[in-house]
Amino acid sequence: MPVTTFNGQQIHVNEEGFLTDPSEWDDGLATALGEQIGITLTDEHWKAIRFLRKDFEEVGETPTLRRVSTVGGIPIKTLFVLFPQKPAKKMAYVAGLPKPHGCV
Amino acid sequence: MKKLLVLGAGTAGTMIVNRLRRHLGRGQWSITVVDQDDVHHYQPGYLFLPFGAYTPEQVTRSRHATLADGVNFVIGDVDRVDAATNTVALSDGRTLGYDYLVIASGTTPRPDQTPGMLEAEWRRSIFDFYTLEGSTALAKALQTFDHGRLVVHITDMPIKCPVAPLEFTFLADAWLRERGLRDRVEIIYVTPLPGAFTKPICSTALGYLLDERKIALETDYMVERIDVENKALVSYDEREVPFDLLITVPLNMGADFVARSGLGDELNFVPVDKHTLQSKANPNIFAIGDASDIPASKAGSVAHFAVEVFTDNFLQLIAGKPMTGSFDGHANCFIESGNGKALLIDFNYDTEPLTGKYPLPLVGPMSLLKETRANHLGKMGFRWIYWNVLLPGHSMPVPTQMSMVGKTAATNTPAK
Repeated sequence: MPVTTFNGQQIHVNEEGFLTDPSEWDDGLATALGEQIGITLTDEHWKAIRFLRKDFEEVGETPTLRRVSTVGGIPIKTLFVLFPQKPAKKMAYVAGLPKPHGCV
Repeated sequence: MKKLLVLGAGTAGTMIVNRLRRHLGRGQWSITVVDQDDVHHYQPGYLFLPFGAYTPEQVTRSRHATLADGVNFVIGDVDRVDAATNTVALSDGRTLGYDYLVIASGTTPRPDQTPGMLEAEWRRSIFDFYTLEGSTALAKALQTFDHGRLVVHITDMPIKCPVAPLEFTFLADAWLRERGLRDRVEIIYVTPLPGAFTKPICSTALGYLLDERKIALETDYMVERIDVENKALVSYDEREVPFDLLITVPLNMGADFVARSGLGDELNFVPVDKHTLQSKANPNIFAIGDASDIPASKAGSVAHFAVEVFTDNFLQLIAGKPMTGSFDGHANCFIESGNGKALLIDFNYDTEPLTGKYPLPLVGPMSLLKETRANHLGKMGFRWIYWNVLLPGHSMPVPTQMSMVGKTAATNTPAK
């Protein structure tokens, strides 16, 4: 498992750069991860990220876009504007959570 | 007399009542199971119906015939569960009481949840294959389909049997080739996930399956509506995918009574402890099989392994002991890849599908993540095992917990 130094701290990531230990995440890291994929985090981004973090802690799984929309209250259309093209994957990346996955 | 009430006589519910009836004295425990009709479906068979490999008669049986003596079978619609009074109201006015309740009402495809899906093109050029009716109608449509865009589409996760849309795609490819039509048909696989394969080992081992078959891929696709007039999927980010024949997996949701009873999440799945399947809200309620929110595949094998853990735990619980069994999310699934071959995957909450051999006492080694004829025969032979071994609640010669024996350990398994 690669260990990399990012934003001045050591983090564990997988081959795609997703954090493998959600506890290594903090706000500063999220800002830096956002920059990495060309996203400057606004309050709206933070609302989505905070929901992802909280939901992951409670459920143990990265929420789907539908869940962020119905439970987190952010419409799917907005998520596509905030995190263009691949919102599910980009949100998970910035929030330091596993990307959404199937069984294979 | 203590009462165990099970809602749903599908794969999980049937196995539970049949196993527990053997262990709970008839003088001490009544066991009742409720379902809305008397037809038990062998759902894995739906995959093969469109290609004429099975007939509807081979994939259905009377529920009565699958339930053990001493199990009360009630046919009715559940209106709601009242967890405060330990009662279940049926829509015809009957009320059933319980000491322990198991919700095993599964997941249902809901085409009504996507605008345009249930309109004029439904079952004309838009089909599902997760219902007997859908699968049978699709078989008919395929007979006259000889050119154009065949789109296989998943609305959102989670879905029942997550590999089935891929299997359908492979079988459709093989079927069209056999009929000499493949050059006249474009096949497009549309998924809300970032890829057809999302786990590292699977992506590496199986990426070729789509390339080799010239199947186009549309990823991160969240459908907002169907443009019925122009026959196209339209996504939230306004990508249009036109189709001549759409095979869609509608949004999957748990039973509506779960929502009416205030026991479900946003998709009506019951939040439970993922190791004991016990409701997070009510300690005398469990949800087993597809009805729960556990982060495992919604699949018969998961239901089977979970039932084995649950029934042992339940006997401890009612004896006043702590439940010592812990479900690990074990799934074991065949993946049909066409041309009489299939792959096998075996995984759990923490371990992704790996390559290697799947050693089974009596049955012998099967190949993991590799297309073989033996795997296909395993899949086809499973129908007999389902009716005659699994549903009656007999033990299979396979371990309940996932085992690493025979597997090639991944070097990049994510850290815990």
